[in-house]
Amino acid sequence: MKNKDLQVAALENGSVIDHIPVDKLFTLVQMLQLDKFTEPVTIGNNLESHKCSKKGIIKVSGKFFTDDELSRLAVVCPDMKLAVIRDYEVVEKRDIVLPETLTDVVKCANPVCITNNEPMHTIFNVDKEQGVVKCHYCGKTQTIGNIKLK
Amino acid sequence: MENKSIVSIANYSKEQIKQLLDMAAEFEKNPNRRILEGKVVATLFFEPSTRTRLSFETAANRLGARVIGFTDPKVTSSSKGETLKDTIKMVSNYADVIVMRHKLEGAALYASEVTNVPIINAGDGSNLHPSQTMLDLYSIYKTQGTLENLNIYMVGDLKYGRTVHSLLMSMQPYNPTFHFISPKELEMPEEYKRFCKEKGINYIEQQDFTAETIADADILYMTRVQRERFTDLMEYERVKDAYILRVDMLGKCRDNMKILHPLPRVNEIAYDVDDSSHAYYFQQAQNGLYARQALICHVLGFKLEDITE
Repeated sequence: MKNKDLQVAALENGSVIDHIPVDKLFTLVQMLQLDKFTEPVTIGNNLESHKCSKKGIIKVSGKFFTDDELSRLAVVCPDMKLAVIRDYEVVEKRDIVLPETLTDVVKCANPVCITNNEPMHTIFNVDKEQGVVKCHYCGKTQTIGNIKLK
Repeated sequence: MENKSIVSIANYSKEQIKQLLDMAAEFEKNPNRRILEGKVVATLFFEPSTRTRLSFETAANRLGARVIGFTDPKVTSSSKGETLKDTIKMVSNYADVIVMRHKLEGAALYASEVTNVPIINAGDGSNLHPSQTMLDLYSIYKTQGTLENLNIYMVGDLKYGRTVHSLLMSMQPYNPTFHFISPKELEMPEEYKRFCKEKGINYIEQQDFTAETIADADILYMTRVQRERFTDLMEYERVKDAYILRVDMLGKCRDNMKILHPLPRVNEIAYDVDDSSHAYYFQQAQNGLYARQALICHVLGFKLEDITE
């Protein structure tokens, strides 16, 4: 492709999530509940990328994600980029990083953990070095790649 | 909510542990001190455990407190679908301390977050059991005169035994050397070995359990090898008798060596060991009373000097 910019449409106001692994794109679409959006949404997959061979991208008009929403996404794919667009200009660009604590994002894999048996929030502490999350309540760890979201 | 609950003592400092040990020693001199007159201790046993409950209730009674609670969740609103949070909130209106046992892991920590009344964890599933750890520490301290630089041998089921896991973590500040003696299927989980490595704790793993392999032990902590823990029953049949302590294995032991066991035992310590000067498991259980008296007083803000006065 000669002109990379033509791969997806330009955005007036909103957010662009870029560098999404191609196998994670539709998980993200579900997590963000994009089917419920009324504003224009552009979803692209298997697009060419400088960083990796293929990538996915999501552009959402009129939507500015909160840190909480982004931290949920970071659990699924930790190396994405976010661009905030206002009046066709990129006003903010940043990495979507995994926070140190995840509140009510992850489901504990331990069936006898209190969080799976009581109407309550889950809290997980993230150990990026080991690539695991640890349940604040039962202490059991899960590797980040294998976690289930609440 | 900030309170003085005891959910775990794995991260307690040497000073905090010493304070509890000194209080337990004081209660051993005289367990009948009515310093909790007018206080109410609730014992909520969502999972039955007669031994632990009796020990806590005796501790509270000897301190002069009144005891309320239940011994079986079938008789409570839990069986009607009441949440743990609601039960704890309700009991918090009546009690000054809540001692709770629950089959779900993390239940005690969650309970401590929903109330200002101090919670003492009397066991949450296979997770934590700090009062058992406290009585183990007290038994070790009492018999060895110190917790420092000891050779602690853990024998049997090291995979599922929460008492050995809690003890391992609590001994961390005292420069112990651990020997993990177990069948391959029940060896110490990787996370605890990693904990030892991170904290610079020496440990040796072995499968042989003989007079020679336990000769240098200061503490021999026995646990039960249970049939239901094995996926391969042939393996169970092969090892089931390999981790039984017999009196003829004690000939080469150090004089100060004591045998601990969280009880109940089945056959992992032969009955002829009971008469040996090394046997300590029944006194260990008795120490549970003093350790639990110390824990109840600790969460209510009592210091050593408040007890001795």
